[in-house]
Amino acid sequence: CTCAMCFTLICAGEENWVDSRTVYIGHKEPPPGAEAYIPQRFPDNRIVSSKYTFWNFVPKNLFEQFRRIANFYFLIIFLVQLIIDTPTSPITSGLPLFFVITVTAIKQGYEDWLRHKADNSINQCPVHIIQHGKVVRKQSRKLRVGDVVRVKEDETFPCDLILLSSSRDDGTCFVTTASLDGESSHKTYYAVQDTKAFNTEEEVDTLHATIECEQPQPDLYKFVGRINIYLDRDEPIARPLGSENLLLRGATLKNTECIYAVAIYTGMETKMALNYQSKSQKRSAVEKSMNAYLIVYLCILISKALINTVLKYVWQADPNRDEPWYNEKTETERQRHILIRAFTDFLAFMVLFNYIIPVSMYVTVEMQKFLGSYFITWDDEMFDEELGEGALVNTSDLNEELGQVEYVFTDKTGTLTENNMEFIECCVDGHVYVPHAICNGQIMPGAASMDMIDSSPGPGGREHEELFFRALCLCHTVQVKEEETVDGIKRGIHQGKATSVYISSSPDEVALVEGMKRLGFTYLRLKDSHMEIQNRDDEIERFELLEVLNFDSVRRRMSVIVKSSTGEYYLFCKGADSAVFPRVISGKVEQVRARVEHNAVEGLRTLCVAYKKLSPAEYEEVCHQLSSAKLALQDREKKLAEAYDSIERDFILLGATAVEDRLQDKAADTIESLHKAGMKVWVLTGDKMETAAATCYASKLFRRNTQILELTTKRTEEQNLHDVLFDLSRTVLRQHGSMTRETLSGLSNEYHDYGLIIDGATLSAVLKPSQEGSGGNYKEIFLEICRNCSAVLCCRMAPLQKAQIVKLIKASKEHPITLAIGDGANDVSMILEAHVGIGIMGKEGRQAARNSDYAIPKFKHLKKMLLVHGHYYYIRISELVQYFFYKNVCFIFPQFLYQFFCGFSQQPLYDTAYLTLYNISFTSLPILLYSLMEQHINMDILKRDPSLYRDIAKNSLLRWPIFIYWTFLGVFDAVVFFFGAFFLFDNTTFTSNGQMFGNWTFGTLVFTVLVFTVTLKLALDTHYWTWINHFVIWGSLLFYIIFSLLWGGIIWPFLNYQRMYYVFMQMLSSGPAWLSIILLVVVSLLPDVVKKVLCRALWPTTTERIQCKRQCLTTEQSTVFMLSQTSSSISF
Amino acid sequence: MMASSYNAKEEDGHHSGSVGPGGAGAVKSRKPDNTAFKQQRLPAWQPILTAGTVLPAFFVIGLIFIPIGIGLFVTSNNIKEFEIDYTGMDPDSPCNMCINSTTPCRCSIPFTLEQPFENNVFMYYGLSNFYQNHRRYVKSRDDSQLNGDKSSLLYPSKECEPYRTRNGLPVAPCGAIANSLFNDTLELIYYYPNKSSMSIPLVKTGIAWWTDTHVKFRNPGGNNNLTAAFKGTTKPENWQNPVYELDPTNPENNGFVNEDFIVWMRTAALPTFRKLYRIIQKKKDNLTPTLPPGNYTLEITYNYPVISFDGHKRMILSTISWMGGKNPFLGIAYITVGSVCFFLGVVLLIIHHKFGNRNNNADIPN
Repeated sequence: CTCAMCFTLICAGEENWVDSRTVYIGHKEPPPGAEAYIPQRFPDNRIVSSKYTFWNFVPKNLFEQFRRIANFYFLIIFLVQLIIDTPTSPITSGLPLFFVITVTAIKQGYEDWLRHKADNSINQCPVHIIQHGKVVRKQSRKLRVGDVVRVKEDETFPCDLILLSSSRDDGTCFVTTASLDGESSHKTYYAVQDTKAFNTEEEVDTLHATIECEQPQPDLYKFVGRINIYLDRDEPIARPLGSENLLLRGATLKNTECIYAVAIYTGMETKMALNYQSKSQKRSAVEKSMNAYLIVYLCILISKALINTVLKYVWQADPNRDEPWYNEKTETERQRHILIRAFTDFLAFMVLFNYIIPVSMYVTVEMQKFLGSYFITWDDEMFDEELGEGALVNTSDLNEELGQVEYVFTDKTGTLTENNMEFIECCVDGHVYVPHAICNGQIMPGAASMDMIDSSPGPGGREHEELFFRALCLCHTVQVKEEETVDGIKRGIHQGKATSVYISSSPDEVALVEGMKRLGFTYLRLKDSHMEIQNRDDEIERFELLEVLNFDSVRRRMSVIVKSSTGEYYLFCKGADSAVFPRVISGKVEQVRARVEHNAVEGLRTLCVAYKKLSPAEYEEVCHQLSSAKLALQDREKKLAEAYDSIERDFILLGATAVEDRLQDKAADTIESLHKAGMKVWVLTGDKMETAAATCYASKLFRRNTQILELTTKRTEEQNLHDVLFDLSRTVLRQHGSMTRETLSGLSNEYHDYGLIIDGATLSAVLKPSQEGSGGNYKEIFLEICRNCSAVLCCRMAPLQKAQIVKLIKASKEHPITLAIGDGANDVSMILEAHVGIGIMGKEGRQAARNSDYAIPKFKHLKKMLLVHGHYYYIRISELVQYFFYKNVCFIFPQFLYQFFCGFSQQPLYDTAYLTLYNISFTSLPILLYSLMEQHINMDILKRDPSLYRDIAKNSLLRWPIFIYWTFLGVFDAVVFFFGAFFLFDNTTFTSNGQMFGNWTFGTLVFTVLVFTVTLKLALDTHYWTWINHFVIWGSLLFYIIFSLLWGGIIWPFLNYQRMYYVFMQMLSSGPAWLSIILLVVVSLLPDVVKKVLCRALWPTTTERIQCKRQCLTTEQSTVFMLSQTSSSISF
Repeated sequence: MMASSYNAKEEDGHHSGSVGPGGAGAVKSRKPDNTAFKQQRLPAWQPILTAGTVLPAFFVIGLIFIPIGIGLFVTSNNIKEFEIDYTGMDPDSPCNMCINSTTPCRCSIPFTLEQPFENNVFMYYGLSNFYQNHRRYVKSRDDSQLNGDKSSLLYPSKECEPYRTRNGLPVAPCGAIANSLFNDTLELIYYYPNKSSMSIPLVKTGIAWWTDTHVKFRNPGGNNNLTAAFKGTTKPENWQNPVYELDPTNPENNGFVNEDFIVWMRTAALPTFRKLYRIIQKKKDNLTPTLPPGNYTLEITYNYPVISFDGHKRMILSTISWMGGKNPFLGIAYITVGSVCFFLGVVLLIIHHKFGNRNNNADIPN
C-alpha cells in the first residue's frame, strides 16, 4: 500500500519549487535517468559569529564607531583642529576621542576574540563521518552538506541533520533542545520508515537517496522536505520529511546510543545560526531626551561661535585693534581672504567651545548602563531557588525605561499563573468525578479511589465513562521516562519498582494523564507503536497508535487515531470547548457545556473530550488524506489544516476536564502595587473569557467594585459594533466627568473604576480599517475607553494580536511607555514590540526569555524590577544626563565670557591639560559612581509605597523646565566663577610680595572654583553616601590638587610650552585666592541649595515628604538645639 | 552584539547539557553572592537638605563671612595707593610733547603724597587697552629658548612668527611678547621740605617669581659671558639693546633672566593690567616712612607708544598687606554673601516653623 501511495504522491508533488535544494546522501549520484545530478554548492560548516578578522578589525571597527553621530562629531572637531590654527591643540579633543575609541575597540576586540575562540572550538571539534563504509574523524568545519554523520549519546549535533536511522529499533531518538529554546524535556524524533534499517556504517553507506528540501529558514519548528530512496527498482520511494525528522544544530542526543543522519544545512545556514540574528534596537525615552538636549546644545554652540565671530569682526574694524604694533600678523595671515579668515575663526570658536557637548557623557552613560545592570542580575530577592536562576539582563540600554512604564501587558498562563497544572475534576456526560486526597501533586495512600458526586450512571454511562478515561490516556503526546531525575516537568509515580515520570511540552497533558492515573487508568508506555494502559482491574490494554493529529494553537485541539486490541478504530479528540462543541453531533452537550462554563468561571482550564469510531474504510481514507498532505512540499501547513478539518468532525461528546492553574506567588500583590504605582495593567491571553476573567478577579486586577465593560462577540452580535462602542464610551466619559467634579469637591468616596473585557474577534473588528474610513474613528473611541479603564482584559488573542494591541497603545497620542511580560513563545511578538520586554523563565521554554530585554524567574519579581530598580535607574540616569550638561556649561561658559576680554581672539581660559582632563578624570568618577550607587529613598520604602513611582512618571526629571533650570544654574555658576575671578584680578595684585599673576593663574583660579563647585554640587545631590561615594568625591578633588601640583611642579621636557610652571602653587600661596575660592564656591552653590530647601518646604513631592519623614524625626531635636544656640549668640 | 548573545546561549546549552542529573552544585554557584554591595545595601549616610538641616549652616556661614569681610575691607582700606596717568593725552600734561617724538624723550610729572607710605612700597606700571591676552600674542614665545635651550636659541619655534627671524638671524628672545617689552624708564625724585631733592632708590630684583628667574628662565650656557652665548642671534626689532645688555648696572640681571623681562613675559589676564616695576624698600631705621608725605617728581623716559591703540600708561605706588594690594571687592563680597546667608537663614527659620510641622504631620499615603 505504501508503494502505491508513494507513487501517487510523486505525481501529485510535481510542483516546481524554486526555493529548494537537493542533497545527495553520501554524495552519491542518483541512478542514471532518475534525475539529473546537479552538484550544488553549499557553505561549509564553519560557524562565524565573529564580526572581524585580524585584517579588517581596524578599518571595520573604526568605521562602525564613527557611524555613531557623536563620535563622528568629535572626529570632525579633531580634524578641524589638525587642519586650521585653533586655540587648543588637537590633543585636547584627540586624546579623549582616542581614549573612547580605543576603549570601545578593545572591548569589542576582546569580545570578538572570545567569539573567535568559541567559533574555533566549535569549528574544530571532531565529528564522525561515514565515508566508504568507514567512520572518519573530521573537524566540524569540514563537514559538508550530504555527509552522513554518526552522533553518539550526549553529543551535540554539528549541523542540521535529517535522521536516517538510530540504534533504537523503532528508528526514534530522543533529543533535548535546551540550548535552542530552553525546553529541557526530551523530544522524540523519527527516522523515515524506509531508512531506519540502515543502522551500521556499512549499511548506511549503501543507502542511495536524495533529499529535496526547502532553503534554510529561521523558524525552528518548521521544515518541509522529501526524501527519495533509490532501492533496486527504478522508481524511487518518496517519503515526506517534517520537523520531526530534522535534528537541529545545538540540540543534544539523549537516551539513544547512536544515530546516523545526513547533513542538510551547514554552518551559517543552520537554523540556530539564522536565529541569532540581531534584534532591532530599542531606544529609551531618556536617550531621546538626551538627543533633544544635545541638539539644543549644538544650537547653543553654533550660536555662541557665530556671535563671537561677528563680534570679533565688528571689534576688529579698527586696524589698530586688529593688528596693533605689538602684535602683528604674519604675511600669509594678512593675505588670506576675509571670508576664509571669518570661516576659520568660526571653526576655531567651535573648537574652543566644543567641550559643551561632552564626549565622555556617552562613555559614562554606557558604562553606567552596563555596570548598573549587574545590580539586577545580582539581586538576591529576584533569585528563584526552585529554578536556580536570578534575573537576566539581555539589554542594558533600557534600565531606566523600567522606571517609566505606564502600561503593563501581561500574559496570563505561566505569567500570572504558575503553569503548574493540577487535575481538579472531570465530567462525563454531566456526571462529575473528583479525585480526592491530592496534596501538591503528591498522591496520598489510597488515592486510587474516587468520589462520585453525581448519582452513579447507568450502563450506557458506564461505557462512556470508561471510554472517556481511555480517551484521556491515549490522546496526548506524553512520554514516560524511567529515570530518577529529569529536568523539566516531573512528577514521581510509584509503579511498584521503578520511578517513572511523565514528560510533555504541555503541562496540561501531564496533569490530565496523572489525573487519569488517580482515577484508576494508568498510561504505562508507548512500545512498538502500541500504547499500554493499565486499567482499574490492573489489566493491561494495548492500543495501536496509528496517527497523531498534533495540537496547534489555531485548531486548539488534538486528536489520535488508535486501533484497539479488538480491531476497532477510534479517533479521540480533546480540545478547547469552542473548538470541539461545533464538531459534536451527539452526546450530552448541554450538561457538559454547563459544567464547562461553571468551571471556567471558577478560573479552571477546561478541555472537552470527544470521540468517533472509524470503520476500516474510513480509516484508509483518513490515512490517505493525511499522508498526501504531509508529503506536499508547498503549503503543507495549509493542506494539513484542511485534512485535519475534514477528519475531525462528527464527534460524539464524552465529557470535559478541568485543570487548575494556580496563581503565581504574590501575583495579586504585584498587580495591586503596579496599579498603585499608576500603571495600567492589561491581561492578554489566548484563554477563554470566563477563565481569564476569573484569574483577573483572583489576581485583583478586577476588584469587587470594578464595573466590567464587555466588548465581546456576544455583545456585538446583539448590537452592532458601532453602537456598542459609543455606548461604552458614553458610560466611561460620564463617569470621568462626574469624577472630576467629585475630586474637585473632594468627595470621591464613591469612586469606582472600570474594567474592560474585549475578545480577539471584536478587537480585530475594531482595528480593521473599514471602507468608509470610520475605522480610525473606532480606534480612537476604543483608545478613549481604554484610557479610562484601570484594567483591561483581552482574551482569545492570537500571538500577533497581542503585538497589535501593544503597538496600538504605543502609537496612541500620549506615546506611553509600554512593558510586555510573558513566558511563552506566543508572547515573543509582544515582548519584541513593547518598549520593554520582560520574559519569564517559565515552563513553556526559553523563547520568551531569550527574546526579552530582561528575564525574571517569577511574575512577582516584576515589582522589585520596576518599583525599585527601574526607579533607581531612572533617578540615576536623569541626574547623570542633567549633571553632565550642567558641568559642561559651567566649564565652557567662562571661556565664552573671556572672549569679550581678550579681543575675541579665541584665547582659551584654561590650560590644555585642564581642558583635556576635566571631563575624563577630574569630574568623571563621582558622577559615574553616583549614577551607580544613588538611592534617594530606601528600597524597602520604594517597595512598600508604590505611589512613589508616580513621582517620576512621564519622564518628569528630564522635562524641559528642569533642563532649563539646570542650564541656567550652569550659566549662573559660570558667571560667578568668571566675574569673581575677574574682579579679584581687576587691576590689582593679590600676593603679599607685590608680584603679579598672569592669565594662566586667572584660568587656574576659575578652573579650581569650577572643579570644586561641580563636585560639591554633586555631593549636595547625593542622598546615599557609602564609603565609595566618599572615596570618589573627595578622592577626585584630591586628585585634582595633586595633579595640578605635579603638572606645575616640573618643567615637562616634552612640552613646548611651560605656561603652567608653578602657577598653581603660586596661586595657593596667596591668601585672597583661597578666600575667593571659598567665596565663589559658596556663592555658586547657594541658589541651588535655597531652591531645593524652599521647594521641599513649600511644595514637597511625595518622595521628599517620605525622605523628610524619616529624616526629621532624627534631626528635629538637634536642629532646634542648634538654633537656640545660634540665636543666643547673635543676640550677644 | 548578536554574536555575543549567541555565544552566551551556546555556553548555556553546554552548561545545562553537562549538568544533567548532578545539577545541584552548579545551581548553587549561580546564586548571586549576598554581599552588601551587590544587594545595594552598603551602609550609608543619608543626608537630606531640609530647611532644618540647612539653617545652621546658613547662620554659620553668615557668622563667619561677615567678620572676614569686614576684616578684608578694613585691610583693603588701610592700603595706600597712588596712581598717575602719564600717557600725556591731555595737552597740558608734561608728557604731551613726547607722544609723537621718535627719539627718546624725557618728561617729568610732579605729584604730592598726602599720606606717608609705610613699609615696602611697590611701584607698578599699568597699561590699559593692551591685549596681552590676545591669542596670537600669548602663544608668540618659545619657552624652550627662554629656558636656555641652545638649539631653540638658534632655531626658535614657529609660534614666534613674524618675530622669529630678522635679517636672516634668529631673534633672541623671539616672539611678539618679547618684542613689545615695556621700555619706559621711571624714576622717582623726592623733594625735601627744604627744596633739596633726592632720587629714591628703586630695587630692580625680586619683582618676578622666584621660580621664573631661577628655573623657567635660563640663559644659554649659564650666566657667564652672555655676549658669546647669544652669538649668532639678533635682538628683537623694537629693542634698543640686545638681551644681554638689558641691565647695565647688574651683570646678574641680564639675558633671559632679566627680571623686567620676566615680568613682562608673564602675560596679563585682562587688557587693563599692571606689572610690578620696582620695589622701594623700607628704611633701615623703621622710624621714617618709606615714602614720607611731600612733593615728588616722576621722571619718565618716554619710549613706549600706546596712543595708536588708545592705550594709557600709569605709574602706581602701593603698599601691600597680607592680602595684596588695594581691592575692596573681596571684602564687600564677603560681607554681602554673609549677610545674604544670614538673611536666608532667617527666612528659612520662618518657613521651617510655619511649614516644617505641617509636613511632618501631613498624611503620607501608604
